Amino acid sequence: MSALVVVQDLVKTFGAGLTETPVLRGLNLTLQTGEVSALLGPSGSGKSTLLTILGTLMQPTSGAHQMLGCDLVRASDSARTAFRNQHIGFVFQFHNLLPDFTALENVIFPAAIRAGRETTVAQARGKDLLARMGLQDRIHFPTAHLSGGQKQRVAVARALMNRPELVLADEPTGNLDRASAGQVMELIAQINQDEGTTFLISTHDEKIAALCARQLVVVDGQVQG
Amino acid sequence: MLYALKIAGRYLTASKAQTGLLVLGVAVGVFIFIFMSALIGGLAELILSRTVGDIAHVSIQAEPEVPALLLAGAPLLVQQKSSTTAANLPTAANFIALIESLPGVRAVSPQISGAGFVTHGAQVAQVSINWLMPGRESAIANLDGYVVEGTARLGAGSILIGKRLAEDLNLLLGQSVRLSSTKGIETALTVTGIYQMGAGGPDRRTAYVSFGTARTLFAMPQGLTRVEIKLTDIYAADAMAPQITALTGLTAKSWTVDGAQFLEALSAQAKTGVFLKSFALITIVIGVASALLLSTYRRRPEIGIMRAMGASERFVVLVFVLQGALIGLMGGLLGAALGYAALLPFPAGGQFRTGSLPIDIKQGSYGLAIGLTLLGAILASIWPARSAAKVDPVTAIGQ
Repeated sequence: MSALVVVQDLVKTFGAGLTETPVLRGLNLTLQTGEVSALLGPSGSGKSTLLTILGTLMQPTSGAHQMLGCDLVRASDSARTAFRNQHIGFVFQFHNLLPDFTALENVIFPAAIRAGRETTVAQARGKDLLARMGLQDRIHFPTAHLSGGQKQRVAVARALMNRPELVLADEPTGNLDRASAGQVMELIAQINQDEGTTFLISTHDEKIAALCARQLVVVDGQVQG
Repeated sequence: MLYALKIAGRYLTASKAQTGLLVLGVAVGVFIFIFMSALIGGLAELILSRTVGDIAHVSIQAEPEVPALLLAGAPLLVQQKSSTTAANLPTAANFIALIESLPGVRAVSPQISGAGFVTHGAQVAQVSINWLMPGRESAIANLDGYVVEGTARLGAGSILIGKRLAEDLNLLLGQSVRLSSTKGIETALTVTGIYQMGAGGPDRRTAYVSFGTARTLFAMPQGLTRVEIKLTDIYAADAMAPQITALTGLTAKSWTVDGAQFLEALSAQAKTGVFLKSFALITIVIGVASALLLSTYRRRPEIGIMRAMGASERFVVLVFVLQGALIGLMGGLLGAALGYAALLPFPAGGQFRTGSLPIDIKQGSYGLAIGLTLLGAILASIWPARSAAKVDPVTAIGQ
């Protein structure tokens, strides 16, 4: 396995002066290609901040962040946006689907942004992903008509649309019942096996964490484990 | 672009009632714009047709001869310049066909005119005596249209007078009058027509006679005193007058030389129209901008998701600018259709009915209204779109 993500001495501080709040304090982390890792830690430990920085949605205060050999700290906003679209997928706790679009339209959204239109190739890939998520009969359903578990599976399919090397999942099962949570984790394991996608899953759930090959614990802004 | 258009369209169809209201608001603005254009344009046309419409746009008038030096040496003896003697344009008749062939010339009216007196019984009135070429009586003023009794066609021994003059002299159609010119020549004529232009001056002071009568009264066996020219575009008069002068060698004068104040009034009216239409456009722009600002605020979480999925700032701007453009286009088309439908009952082409609004359906500026609305809506959407694109995806998704 080769290193997909390398983070060194990562510092993130919010506010300034008296309100200055350090969240990440010289964090070091390496994610190997194809591994599924759980990110554990108490609330406020910096898990979400770390995921946000790894997803290039936020810039660190200092430190190094590289993925696929790209220096994402020095990259411009537009370069990071394009990188994110091509190489990183997101799964949020609250699915965060576009409410006025169907399941398929949500799934192919990242590809359509890249191509400037909904290509037939993207539609085929989107349908295939939804079928793998067990949603072949919900392809053209507006997302408002889907259950919580179904929405989260659509969100997983969307995260995988552009065949990203890294999928960042922030409490992907936190809002689901046990059965739906199990389904989502099974899908993640299957995708990891089929496509070699690297997953970093933030969770409070020890059982979910136990399903991951590696457990990383964030304590006081640093990774242990 | 295509995908951004799809998203913009989806946002509009997602909340149909809100979009419908917004489009209706824009349509009302466009409707006002079109209505004002038709009203102001119609009003200008009405004013023009009632004023400049009945006068010559370019006229060639003979200049009174420079008084001749009667005796050389001191003391000098000179002749006083006459204000009543009709000056002659001996060669003007030769140029009528040439002037008529000029592009932009609608009609040419050769005339013989001068001052005189109408006598009926013991009553006398000073008049301007005019001869108009048969068949061209309505070339400049619509004399045929103004005749209220009798006819505008003039034969030997006939006279056409204004209604005011007829009232002043207690004259009826078919009665006889005596007409004398400033040359001291007098003739008896029969009133064969009475006209009413609605303007006190001509109705009281202008009389029309036949060719033979005019030549006799002014002792003018040949030549003309005046040539009046009407143009298709009254504002081309300033350019046309020197052109005619150059072609004929006769001094041609544009109506604007003596109508500067009227031109100023027309210009002020046009400016008023521009202001009113601008206010309608500003209302549209503010309406679209505020609606899109609300829309972008409501969709902040979705914008955050789009940005997280790799949508560029440019893409987000495009989505909301296209949304504004679609609103502008739909509102513009609807407003133009409503405006056209509302103006349909009004007669087209300046055929205004007395007492009704002087609205000209042809002057609704429909294309301009749609174009400006589209442009205004696009401009109005840029600011909300740019602010939407600046949304921090992390904060927005957290909402």
